[in-house]
Amino acid sequence: MSNVVRVHGLSAQRIGAMILRYWYLLISSWPRLLELVYWPALQVITWGFLQLYIVQNAGFFAQAGGILIGAVILWDILFRGQLGFSISFLEEMWARNMGNLMMSPLKPIEFLIALMLMSLIRLAIGVVPMLVLATYAFDFNLFSMGLPLVAFFCNLIFTGWSLGIFVSGLVLRNGLGAESIVWSVMFGLMPLACVYYPVSVLPQWLQWIAWMLPPTYVFEGMRALLIEHVVRPELMITAAAINLALFAGSFAAFIWLLNSARRNGSLLQAGE
Amino acid sequence: MTMIRTSSAEPSSAGPGASPAIEVADLVKDFKAGRAVDGVTFTVERGSITGLLGGNGAGKTTTIAMIMGLVLPSSGRVRVLGYQMPEQSAEVLGRINFESPYVDMPMRLTVRQNLTVFGKLYSVPDLKARIAELADDLDIAGFLDRPNGKLSAGQKTRVALAKALINRPELLLLDEPTASLDPDTADWVRQRLLDYRRRHGATILLASHNMLEVERLCDRVIIMKRGRIEDDDTPAAIMARYNRNTLEEVFIDVARGRAQEAAS
Repeated sequence: MSNVVRVHGLSAQRIGAMILRYWYLLISSWPRLLELVYWPALQVITWGFLQLYIVQNAGFFAQAGGILIGAVILWDILFRGQLGFSISFLEEMWARNMGNLMMSPLKPIEFLIALMLMSLIRLAIGVVPMLVLATYAFDFNLFSMGLPLVAFFCNLIFTGWSLGIFVSGLVLRNGLGAESIVWSVMFGLMPLACVYYPVSVLPQWLQWIAWMLPPTYVFEGMRALLIEHVVRPELMITAAAINLALFAGSFAAFIWLLNSARRNGSLLQAGE
Repeated sequence: MTMIRTSSAEPSSAGPGASPAIEVADLVKDFKAGRAVDGVTFTVERGSITGLLGGNGAGKTTTIAMIMGLVLPSSGRVRVLGYQMPEQSAEVLGRINFESPYVDMPMRLTVRQNLTVFGKLYSVPDLKARIAELADDLDIAGFLDRPNGKLSAGQKTRVALAKALINRPELLLLDEPTASLDPDTADWVRQRLLDYRRRHGATILLASHNMLEVERLCDRVIIMKRGRIEDDDTPAAIMARYNRNTLEEVFIDVARGRAQEAAS
């Protein structure tokens, strides 16, 4: 039996319908809205005070103002990008609504696009207060990074989406028993992506692995910008190339896992 | 006399316009736990109401799920409205709909929000008017702005039916449409289904344990047991063949393996 991939003829109306569905959910639930703002704000406050403390006690950090808080914000873009995607997906599993969607004319690619756009909306709700806090409480303006910030953001969000697509496929295939992967996958990436330290700190063999991850290039690029005041476009181009492969691989894996879910009947039993 | 009397063994190769609503041929589904559907073949003509009967584990839900494309067959073929499933599902999914106890509608969204989202997914023209029409037909106007999670079982069933009818489907697939409803509400739902078929000439395939429901609604009954078709005919003909007065008695005969003796 051949696989089911419906890609042609995307419908903006169907994508809009899915965004509307998540928007209705978000505005109907203040705990969901609060959760979007709460953790990013907590992160920036904790790391902001830590940065204030070490700036006063270490010359290096005094010169490289904002390096910690910048890393925290960029990390959160990566983390929230993946989580924003995956939580919208999980909402369908929790609501036992996946069968309704899979039986509707909604195509898998439209579903994924809606989840990506929704992750941007969720990210904006969480990160905007974080940026305001960083600017006014800790004197760090993320936008002072200038144009490279666009490259940082695009690379991080695409990595977040790629992982989000892949883990959503795992949940679709294996049920909510695989839900914990959604929450933990990004933390597995954290030590290798070298968020708070340069890649050179890692042993040589781990550096090879680290350079396979697009976020590593972003955080190295951010440090080059904040410490040496140098823009390194080659890092961003390499990250984009890896992201392209990662995104294509994740999409292919999602379709494979969706078809596998159809083969083993897990779309009917969306529980554990 | 043979016990397995299924109609047209092979799906027709005629164009979509001339084809039956559903054509299933040699359908098999194997799960790790064993074979759920074992060589099922039947067709459902347009405008008919067909009941799929059988005990737990008979293969009804899996068969319906394969017709919908939610489950991929291990082998065999399914055509819906003349299109091969799941390969040509994009041609079909906007023209069919379903209701099942295995799926829910989002609980936090209001009834109106849910119907709006699904109406847009099905590209329903003049959606507000369609929701108002369904609210009237299915008597859900009083709780259109209430979250789905705060409705009673009967109200939820009516809302699920509204979702299933939002796109005026040519083919409606229903899995236990009146399960957990009181007799009055169940009767009311059945009447709405008959009205819908009469007004739109729609085809309905329903799986049910409720024999009275099947007797009242269905032109034809397919009885399944252990993944195979045990019998396939009109309710009256099946009852006559088994020398029984109700489908419930036939069901018990089949379930307890007395089918052969009863029919002979």
